[in-house]
Amino acid sequence: MENIILAENVEFSYPADPESGEEAALILKDVSMTIKKGEFVAVLGHNGSGKSTIAKHMNAILIPNKGKVYSNGIDTADEARIFDIRQHIGMVFQNPDNQIVATIVEEDVAFALENMGVPQEEMRKRVDDALKSVNMYEYREHSPSQLSGGQKQRVAIAGIIAMRPDCIVMDEPTAMLDPIGRKEVMKTIRKLNKDYGITIVLITHYMDEAALADRIIVMDSGKIVMEGIPKDIFSQVEKMKLLGLDVPQVTELMYMLKNDGFSADTHIISEEECADALYKLLA
Amino acid sequence: MAIIKTENLTYTYSVGTPFEKTAVNNVNLEIEEGELVGIIGHTGSGKSTLIQHLNGLIKPTSGKVYIDGEDIWSKDVKLRDVRFNVGLVFQYPEYQIFEETVYKDIAFGPKNMGLDDKEIEKRIYNITDLLGLGRENLKKSPFELSGGQKRRVAIAGVMAMQPKVLILDEPTAGLDPKGRDIILEQIKEYHRQTKSTVLLVSHSMEDVARFATKILVMNHAEVFCYDTPPKVFMRADELTKIGLSVPQITKVFLALREKGIDIRSDVYTTEFAVKTIKEYIAEHRRLPNA
Repeated sequence: MENIILAENVEFSYPADPESGEEAALILKDVSMTIKKGEFVAVLGHNGSGKSTIAKHMNAILIPNKGKVYSNGIDTADEARIFDIRQHIGMVFQNPDNQIVATIVEEDVAFALENMGVPQEEMRKRVDDALKSVNMYEYREHSPSQLSGGQKQRVAIAGIIAMRPDCIVMDEPTAMLDPIGRKEVMKTIRKLNKDYGITIVLITHYMDEAALADRIIVMDSGKIVMEGIPKDIFSQVEKMKLLGLDVPQVTELMYMLKNDGFSADTHIISEEECADALYKLLA
Repeated sequence: MAIIKTENLTYTYSVGTPFEKTAVNNVNLEIEEGELVGIIGHTGSGKSTLIQHLNGLIKPTSGKVYIDGEDIWSKDVKLRDVRFNVGLVFQYPEYQIFEETVYKDIAFGPKNMGLDDKEIEKRIYNITDLLGLGRENLKKSPFELSGGQKRRVAIAGVMAMQPKVLILDEPTAGLDPKGRDIILEQIKEYHRQTKSTVLLVSHSMEDVARFATKILVMNHAEVFCYDTPPKVFMRADELTKIGLSVPQITKVFLALREKGIDIRSDVYTTEFAVKTIKEYIAEHRRLPNA
């Protein structure tokens, strides 16, 4: 499979403080990763681990001090190609209110297309398709101010979808949402990945969201410390706790039962699997 | 006597307009002194409107609010005193920080209460230690601190007023698991040390299950239930039906019951789940296949 994001030995720090001349600490230390076309990858790590910083390297918001990032094959340090990169690699942020610019939902979704000079007819079609793909088509003539957080976040996602990107990088898109809003957004993310083949990079603090990904990358102090399928990552309960991260409650239960001498599989990450395993134990 | 009591409390927004909406409907609630109450309910269930009544930010459309036995809207009660007695920490309180040093920011509330400098200093040191903010940080600008630290500074400012009731609206929103655990532990420690009443609004059933002595569930502007965590989670089935996300563990035990295993359904923490499983096995005289 083709790589959509390729990071090679990336090092990054913000510029030195102009007043004190003090060198800023390295935020990314020798990070290398590949994201394949069509993959759904979750990036975990506690605050300050560098996970948002690597995300911002993926569509050239940040450029490495050392090393290289290639997005869709284009070197992100090539300033002339920055718009190509951003059309193909979209980004969604934490706060839905900071990402909405227009006073009508469909105008907001059309914003980037207008900047790109997409013809009127084509624009109409793309906006409608994008709104349908996030289940917000009926709200196209509403004002964003009357929408819930989850709905606003889906409008923000539609704005990216309308650009027909190959990949969407989401930096904690559900952090400010309630459980219902989170569910709506996660459903949308999975649909975009499975039905539309859009590559998803999801930065999150929620372990249940990461459990849905094809692959998980765990970051700590600017480095990648773990990488693998969700079952393998979460089964390492002690290591995850040392990194300041959680595992799903069901995995923790299996881990505790195992420690108490029961034969329990710590590769269990879903409720159904856990119920099945307990049923076998108890019936 | 209940420290917080509401009588037929009702609040309707935008009366007489097309947007008219009853956010709190005939709520009768009695919260005893010293409880740590977790308030749960989805967006629009009325929980934020309810807490804003408790320190007089909103005046009820009808009904009464009593704090420590006093009707807060009676003529003899000064609202200013009510607000000193009932401290409210909003969502994302770090956005409300404005002073030039951490010390001054925490001192803002106590100063407004008219306390002398010595008492203010004592309280600031106390709360700084309790929240693990580090006394060396007191001279710093709050804007030099990390997001999690800033939030604790903002919470410290309200705690330093030593209110009889402390209400926090989603104090862990947007934090990573470690930051969330730190804040919840500190709130628990504050509750333990001050023995005051603490109300905590949360979207996370898991968090509430671990910390609260009582849980208040709001649904469609009404109190769905107010009880101890085991009693609330016994109704896990109903909670799921009203769209609340019960802890993962609770769902697993509900699924086991559906599969025909006669096991209790009020399980909400992993520790308790392990205990329940062991008890079940012991009762059914089956040895674990260890």
